[in-house]
Formats: sequence, C-alpha cells, structure tokens
Amino acid sequence: MDATVGTTTLGDAAAARGGIRRRLFGEGPHGSDLNWALAFLVPYVAVFLLFVLYPVGYALWLGHHPESYRELFNDPIYLKTIVNTLVYLALGVNLHLFGALMLSGFFTRTNWRVRSLFLVYILPWAVPAIPTFIAIHWMLNGEWGFLNNLLYAVFGIDGPSWLNYRWLALFSSVGAYIWKWMPFWTVIFLAGRMAIPQELYEAADMDGAVGIKRFVHVTFPLLANLYLVCTLLSTIWTLGDFNTIYFVTGGGPALSTHVLATLGFRDAFEVDNPQLGMAAVLSALPLLIPLVVILMRKLAKTEVQI
Amino acid sequence: MSATTAGAAPTIKAPRKRIKPFALALELLVCVVILIWTLMPLYSMIEVALEHQDQVFSGVLWPANPTMANFWKVLGQGYWYIAHFWHEMGNSLYIGISTSILTLIIGTMTSFVIGRLRIRHAWIVSNAALLTYTIPMAFLAIPFYRVMQIYGLSDHLWAVTLVEVTFATPYAIFIFQQYGTSIPIQLDEAARIDGATPWQIYWRVYLPLMAPAMVAVGTYALLLAWNEYLYLFLLLSSPDKMTVPVALGRFLNSDEAPWNLMMATAVIYALPPVIIYYLFRRHMSSGLTMGGVKG
Repeated sequence: MDATVGTTTLGDAAAARGGIRRRLFGEGPHGSDLNWALAFLVPYVAVFLLFVLYPVGYALWLGHHPESYRELFNDPIYLKTIVNTLVYLALGVNLHLFGALMLSGFFTRTNWRVRSLFLVYILPWAVPAIPTFIAIHWMLNGEWGFLNNLLYAVFGIDGPSWLNYRWLALFSSVGAYIWKWMPFWTVIFLAGRMAIPQELYEAADMDGAVGIKRFVHVTFPLLANLYLVCTLLSTIWTLGDFNTIYFVTGGGPALSTHVLATLGFRDAFEVDNPQLGMAAVLSALPLLIPLVVILMRKLAKTEVQI
Repeated sequence: MSATTAGAAPTIKAPRKRIKPFALALELLVCVVILIWTLMPLYSMIEVALEHQDQVFSGVLWPANPTMANFWKVLGQGYWYIAHFWHEMGNSLYIGISTSILTLIIGTMTSFVIGRLRIRHAWIVSNAALLTYTIPMAFLAIPFYRVMQIYGLSDHLWAVTLVEVTFATPYAIFIFQQYGTSIPIQLDEAARIDGATPWQIYWRVYLPLMAPAMVAVGTYALLLAWNEYLYLFLLLSSPDKMTVPVALGRFLNSDEAPWNLMMATAVIYALPPVIIYYLFRRHMSSGLTMGGVKG
C-alpha cells in the first residue's frame, strides 16, 4: 500500500516532487482512476488557466512599456503613493498582527466575561467591509462625525478633521484596517495557541516560567513560524487592499493618501490610462515577488497552514 | 501586557481559583477597551440610521427621538436613491450564493483528487492554488476588466462570481485537503472493494464526511463575495446589474447624500452575513482550527 495514504498535505506535495515522481506508476491509481482524476481536475484547471494565468499574462503585457514607468516616476503623486504604501504596510500589518497575538492570549481565558466579549469582538470580521468603511468615513467627519462628538462630550476637546490632513487620514485608514482584520488573525492565533500541548505549560510552570517569561520562552517560540507566515500573507493581502483607502479617505485630501492598489485603479479607470495603472500596480513586484517566494517555501516545507 | 499573556490556554479543570481584585480590574479594563473599539463604528452606523433627516448634521451622541422610519423606507423602496433596493439585494445574493456553491464544487473535486486519488503530479495543482492564494486580489482588476470583455462576460453577474471563485478556491482546497486527512483512507478502499467508482466514492463517502469543512468554506466564500466592491463596480455597469455595495458607493459620491437612509441600507446589508456567521460559528471555528499549527 502507498505509504503517503491520506496524508497529502502541502508538505507531501513538495516531497512528491522528489519521491513519488520516481516511483513506478503502478503504485498510483488504476488507468480508469486516472481518467476520473483528470475529469475531476478540469474545473479547477479551467479556472486557473482562464482567470489566473491569462489575466496575469495580460497584466504583464499591459505593464511592459518602459514609457509608462518613466511617466510614473515623474508623477509626484506616485512618489507619495509609494511612501504611503510602505507606511500603510509597516503599520497596518505589524500593529494588527501583534495586537491579534496579544489578544489571542487574552481570549484563551474561559470565564463568561471574556467568552461573551469574544462574540462581540468577532463582529468586524462578519460585518461586510463596504458599509462599515462608509460608516467609519462618516464617523471621522470633523464637524458632525461621531468620534469628534464623543471627544467633545467626554473630554471637552474639539477633535481635528481626521480626513483633511494627509497623515491623519492615512493613520485613520490604518486604524480602520486594523479594526476590520484583527479579529480574523486573532482567531488564527487562538487556534495556534490551542494546539500547544498543555503539558508544555505544566512543565514551564514547574520551572517557574509564568507571565511574560512563559510567553517569551514557551508560547512565542512555538508560534513564531505561524506568526511569520501570517506576517507574509497579511503583507500580501494588505498590499492588495483597495476597500479601506478607497472608502475611508478616498485617496484624499488632494490625492495624498493613495496606495498602489487605489492609484492603479485611479490611473486605469478615472484617468483612463490602463497601461499607467498597470505600471503602478506592477511596480510593487520587487516587493511582492520575494514575499511570494518565501511564503511558498514556508508553506510547502512546514506544516503551517492558514 | 501580562494581562493579555498570562491566561494562555487554561483548559485544565483546576479547583476554582480566587481571582485577585487587581487582575479582575485589569481584565475588565481590557474588556471595556475592546468593547468600545469594536462597537464604535457599528454604533455610529446604527445611530445615524435611527435619526431623522434633519438631525443627521446635529452632532448628537444618540438620536433624540429614534425612528425606525429609515428602515421601512429602505425596505419599502420609498426614496429615489433606493428605488431598486430589493433588486440590488437580489443581485448581491445571487453572486454570493453562486460563489459559495461553485467554490464548494470546484474545491471538493480538486481536493478529492489531490488527497484521495493521489495521482502523481497533484503537487502542480497544489502549487498553482498556492500561487493564486498569494496574488493580491485588487492587483488583477485592470486585466480582469479587459479579459471579461474578451470572454463576453462583461456586465454579467457571473463575471463577478467567477472572479470571487478564482480567489476563494485556493483557500477551499487547502482547508479541504487538511480536513480530508482526518478521514481514514480505508473508507475509500472499502468502497472500492465493493466496486464503487471514484465518482461514487466522491459523492457517497467523501462529500458527506466533508460536511463540516464545507460549511466553513461556504461561509467564507459568501463573506468574500459580500465584502466585494471593486469587481462589482468594474465588471457590472448597467443599472439592472446594480448591487448594494455599488449603490452605497454611489450614495457616498453624491452631493446630497441622505446619510440616515444610507446607514439604514448599510445595516440591512450587514445583517445576512452576521446572522449566517453566528449560525455557523462552531463550524467556522472548527474549520479555522485546522489552520493552526501542527507539532
């Protein structure tokens, strides 16, 4: 019988490259099984060819004109956008993942207060993005937004018009992004923490590792790999995030808070220059490709899975 | 800091520990902060939805005389901006449900081949899915706009469904593969000895046992489609194909946006996924637990 029975995971898939490939085909499925297998694969292969490979190829073709990049680099808005994107990535990704890691520890408490809080805490993830980002856009309005009303009522201070200044607007978007996605990652880290054998904690207890020591010496080393994979994945997703910026700041004030995803959209459809838009998006490739390569290796080698 | 890390995984049935007042106070403080942080945007959404038109710009913290009128107006399509609310909701539902179903079909079929039929080059499919998983969704908007025209799918609801399916299937395949390892292969072999074809094994053995993971993935796909805006906006142009998020976006850009109606629409649009999420919460968390770490 086949030794890899039923345990085909990504790790095995990578191992298959070396091992199974050299094996005789007789060990695998029968002839008719192979036909079935191919038939079963048709839908996904069709989706991949039609909706991944072709659009990606088309994207590369659209963005291959050097003039587009020359035009892009001469655009002051583009340079601002690059800075915004990097700030957005650095703050957004790290803050919400670190927050999620900390909070996942808090949510392992089993008393009723924390349990019921968790039901509320998960809401931002379940509520669709567009309505809430529009609500946040409204909430941050300087004159009649809820946040400034609250600040005035509680502390008696006049809050700023959050969306009228570049950095304030950008940080507001980062806040909205964290608000929306931190619960999801908290669930992931919570699952990771639950998978840590209880005996380890008992042993750590014996050795006197409690509190922060326990986190630094037991929990975090065990979660480090998961945390790294989550960081990579989240960076890629944040890079492709369109909704937050588009609805919270709309790229304003004066086009100063665009990120690459929204600038590409603007150039392609509002300025009506698809080549320029595609060039803006593709200029993220030097950052994106290393991330994808590392992530693919990580996911294929280790058994971390999201 | 220690408040958030100290309580990691206390699953042993220890004799009830007496909570120190300080620790309790700290816990309550964290609870209150999380509660305010989480609920503020949602509260401001509902608060505006409950206000009368003339109170929207008054800067109060809670509506002076709350009214449900906005909700009835939206549901009864009683204002020109929301005159096609139900049609738009129908379009959104159509896209969400078709995305879910298609993702489940394609995801289970593919993971069945990779995990159960073990053909030799299944890793190619695995890696193709993995690669798709790492493409930022918005980055393909520009090519998709043109590609869908070439396929003759522009301004067709299926165009958006197919885009969502493209980005949902990789996740589906991973979760199914992972979950499938918990189903003993001996079941397949027993069925095979009884003369079952792969199709029968898939239909009679594999699918019924995969049900919990399918609930999780189906909900995930629905939420993904429900969160969408960019592709709805790009690929669907005629008024007949209008969906709720695009209608809300149009609201936002208009000069005299009736914010109370807009927020009422937003609340109604947000309800289905929230209800579905809480209905299937147990399955969702079991589906995601498999996404944890091993070893």
